[in-house]
Amino acid sequence: MTAAAAPHKLIKSATGDWEVVIGMEIHAQVTSNSKLFSGASTAFGGEPNSHVSLVDAAMPGMLPVINEECVRQAVRTGLGLNAKINLRSVFDRKNYFYPDLPQGYQISQYKSPIVGEGEVELELDGGRSVTIGIERLHLEQDAGKLLHDQSPTMTYVDLNRSGVALMEIVSKPDIRDAEQAKAYVTKLRSILRYLGTCDGDMEKGSLRADVNVSVRRHGETTLGTRCEIKNMNSINFIGQAIEYEARRQIEIIEDGGSIDQETRLFDPNKGETRSMRSKEEAHDYRYFPDPDLLPLEFSQAFVDELKAQLPELPDEKKSRFITGFGLSPYDASVLVAERESAEFYETVLSGLADKARDGKLAANWVINELFGRLNKEGVAIAASPVSAEQLAAIVDLIGEGTISGKIAKDLFEIVWQEGGDPRALVETRGMKQVTDLGAIEKVVDDIIAANPDKVEQAKAKPQLVGWFVGQVMKSSGGKANPQAVNDLLKSKLGI
Amino acid sequence: MTDLTSLTIAEAREGLASKSFTARELTDAHLAAIEAARVLNAYVLETPDRAREMAKAADEKIAKGEGGPLAGIPLGIKDLFATRDIRTTACSKILGNFIPPYESTVTSQLWRDGAVLLGKLNNDEFAMGSSNETSCFGPVTNPWRREGSNTTLVPGGSSGGSASAVAASLCMGATATDTGGSIRQPAAFTATVGIKPTYGRCSRWGIVAFASSLDQAGPIARTTRDAAILMRSMAGHDPKDTTSVDIAVPDYEAAIGKSVKGMKIGIPKEYRLDGMPAEIEKLWSQGTEWLKAAGAEMVPVSLPHTKYALPAYYIVAPAEASSNLARYDGVRFGLREPGKNIVEMFENTRADGFGDEVRRRVLIGTYVLSAGYYDAYYLRAQKVRTLIKKDFEDCFAKGVNAILTPATPSAAFGIGEKGGADPVEMYLNDIFTVTVNMAGLPGIAVPSGKDTQGLPLGLQLIGRPFDEETLFSLGEVIEQAAGRFTAPKWW
Repeated sequence: MTAAAAPHKLIKSATGDWEVVIGMEIHAQVTSNSKLFSGASTAFGGEPNSHVSLVDAAMPGMLPVINEECVRQAVRTGLGLNAKINLRSVFDRKNYFYPDLPQGYQISQYKSPIVGEGEVELELDGGRSVTIGIERLHLEQDAGKLLHDQSPTMTYVDLNRSGVALMEIVSKPDIRDAEQAKAYVTKLRSILRYLGTCDGDMEKGSLRADVNVSVRRHGETTLGTRCEIKNMNSINFIGQAIEYEARRQIEIIEDGGSIDQETRLFDPNKGETRSMRSKEEAHDYRYFPDPDLLPLEFSQAFVDELKAQLPELPDEKKSRFITGFGLSPYDASVLVAERESAEFYETVLSGLADKARDGKLAANWVINELFGRLNKEGVAIAASPVSAEQLAAIVDLIGEGTISGKIAKDLFEIVWQEGGDPRALVETRGMKQVTDLGAIEKVVDDIIAANPDKVEQAKAKPQLVGWFVGQVMKSSGGKANPQAVNDLLKSKLGI
Repeated sequence: MTDLTSLTIAEAREGLASKSFTARELTDAHLAAIEAARVLNAYVLETPDRAREMAKAADEKIAKGEGGPLAGIPLGIKDLFATRDIRTTACSKILGNFIPPYESTVTSQLWRDGAVLLGKLNNDEFAMGSSNETSCFGPVTNPWRREGSNTTLVPGGSSGGSASAVAASLCMGATATDTGGSIRQPAAFTATVGIKPTYGRCSRWGIVAFASSLDQAGPIARTTRDAAILMRSMAGHDPKDTTSVDIAVPDYEAAIGKSVKGMKIGIPKEYRLDGMPAEIEKLWSQGTEWLKAAGAEMVPVSLPHTKYALPAYYIVAPAEASSNLARYDGVRFGLREPGKNIVEMFENTRADGFGDEVRRRVLIGTYVLSAGYYDAYYLRAQKVRTLIKKDFEDCFAKGVNAILTPATPSAAFGIGEKGGADPVEMYLNDIFTVTVNMAGLPGIAVPSGKDTQGLPLGLQLIGRPFDEETLFSLGEVIEQAAGRFTAPKWW
């Protein structure tokens, strides 16, 4: 479905319906050991200026040398976005003065980026989906960081980030509301994390978004004047900022005003955007090809090899979960949303005795029992007290009929609290399901004998059999096989 | 003992090997000569302690038979090359007392081969100039004077200190750089040999950048052979400079004395300028006669886009310079002039730190790259550059081995004489040399004669990419025919 035709939220106002048009520039820090053009480390959290080479500090006569791993990461990302990979691209200089920019220019890609057009498919609530076009992806250097709180009169500069590789991923203006925008960032982040090309850590600034917002009356085809909201590092804030900004723009237009193209900042405390600089104050970056670097060229074979080694991405994984194990699209989406959840589920799968039989059951357990509990207790999946192997053992025990689902919950609790091998625990703690018909039959007979009135009622109203099942399970301590109990009761009661 | 400073590198090499003198003696002789020639202002920093230390190390190596190709040879280094722990300023106030913690690739290769550092040589600020008058350390004086005149003349630029020091025997050879003629023009003004190798032949790593796509390091020496000896140590692939080319470095010295018989030498008609002095014309035809006598064949060629080279150069070079010089902002090293806020600090530092010519080029470069002008200037200049390159390619495709031109449109001029009112007057000095940088080709300037006032003049040979060897062979022919020229000592 094309973006324009996709169902999206319109903003209703006194004078009619408004459509929001959004395009995004995502800056994703490339996962690599060293910087884009120097050998300095990219490790986060070092002492200020401890990861700075002569190149990063722009000492006289220093020259950039491209880090091939960053090139591979950009190509992998391009492939993950189903995008055109450009076998020849050019690094340009973007010139401006700022104390955190040692060279006085940022090496970026302007006219010839490494990755061209691609697309990302979003799934929205209610089974709707929408495709967002990718305009381009290019490689560029990050700047350093200014520290304003170290001295009352001076600003200090930390160049640890200076020269770290970023991928700027530019979307087409295909996004139509805050929900889509949030879904887009979430999906992109998920793809990057699956690819291992960006850790997606928004708190540390590994993923930041500039959001371009404009509005137009529903049905109009030309774009309105846009405002760019800079440097968003939270998906929720992106949603809030768009909602605010769209309403601000609509209000201005409805009051007879017009939108000034400008750069704005979102204030999360006030929940509003405010002007940072106008178009007139915008820099003239004087882009030109960096004469220190030759055009970046590689062969199709280089791309093909990276493509062959690409990991399975969320969309492919999701459809494999659905077709292979009968998961609902919703459950499959929940599992693949985060690389860690998908990996956990896959480990559970590989621990199962019969994947085809119990794959779906395993998904239920991972999502409902495990994730539910982790969420409740605020524990990350990596720190889960119940391992994927333990959970696989529990699911195996249910699947093979050794324990009931109810007992399994008790078992899960024991493993969560105390740890241990689930199969051994079932043995030592006598949690095994009783399938011995003789033993169950005695209990059934006792309960029928003790409740003649209920027996009469049940003959008239067969669903009362549930009450008997409950009684039997209760007196067996939950260990009786519910199916066997059910069958036995039905025959004894003659229903 | 004869004056050790008058030896060529090749002669000194033999003297050292035969133990006729030591590296220490050779170095001391040069240090004394430098001290006696301070009036020339060729050196901006003398490093006698370092020199003696390196000479001593060279003597020890020579004694053990481990001396490298340049063991004990004392050299001067243009102040554009970063030298570890030794002040490097590009002769700009903005670098102040900058002491790099690193050594340029080219100089580290010279030290690897045993050469001795005598000191840092004067140059035009950031290599922007054709007379060495823009240096923050003041102008360099040419050891050559007009016959019967005491007028101080410029040595050319930007490698004026290198050319003057070599011509006055204040070092046996010097490093230099050439962005539009900065090796060849001063070589021609001082009767020294200067070669700008093919772009990519020498690493640019550690050389203060002027215009990255044009800058190239090369030697200035007293003979073609000496230049060839130095080239071998300076050249080579460097993974730290992605524009350096991975081609084996030949034994350039082996090209000296090689026959040039049957070589086709192009004579470009576009280099015959209106109003060109008759003596330059005469020199040029003298050059063709010498090469013909050596068995080479002269062929008229056309380089139709020559006239656009200088204007295009003065767009490309300032554009790159405006960006390359942005790093001198007072934040991390060099001069800092405080201000009320960061922008004022930037402005004060750069206003005070850069000289007039540098500021002029930063302004021109900023202008030609700005929105709305980029296509009309920078992009068009790059197209011109492609056409200039193609002119040469077409010429070489017809079997031409090298092209012979005058090196400069005139001999050395007086300090303060040119460019005061109109900078273009100064820029015209590079009219014969800039095309070579624009095309990335190798070019050599060889002393070939004197003008009527007794000042040296040079011829330029332009070669195919990475064919410096042919230039050395042809240069040697001219040198043998023209003889060597030594400035009478007056200082």
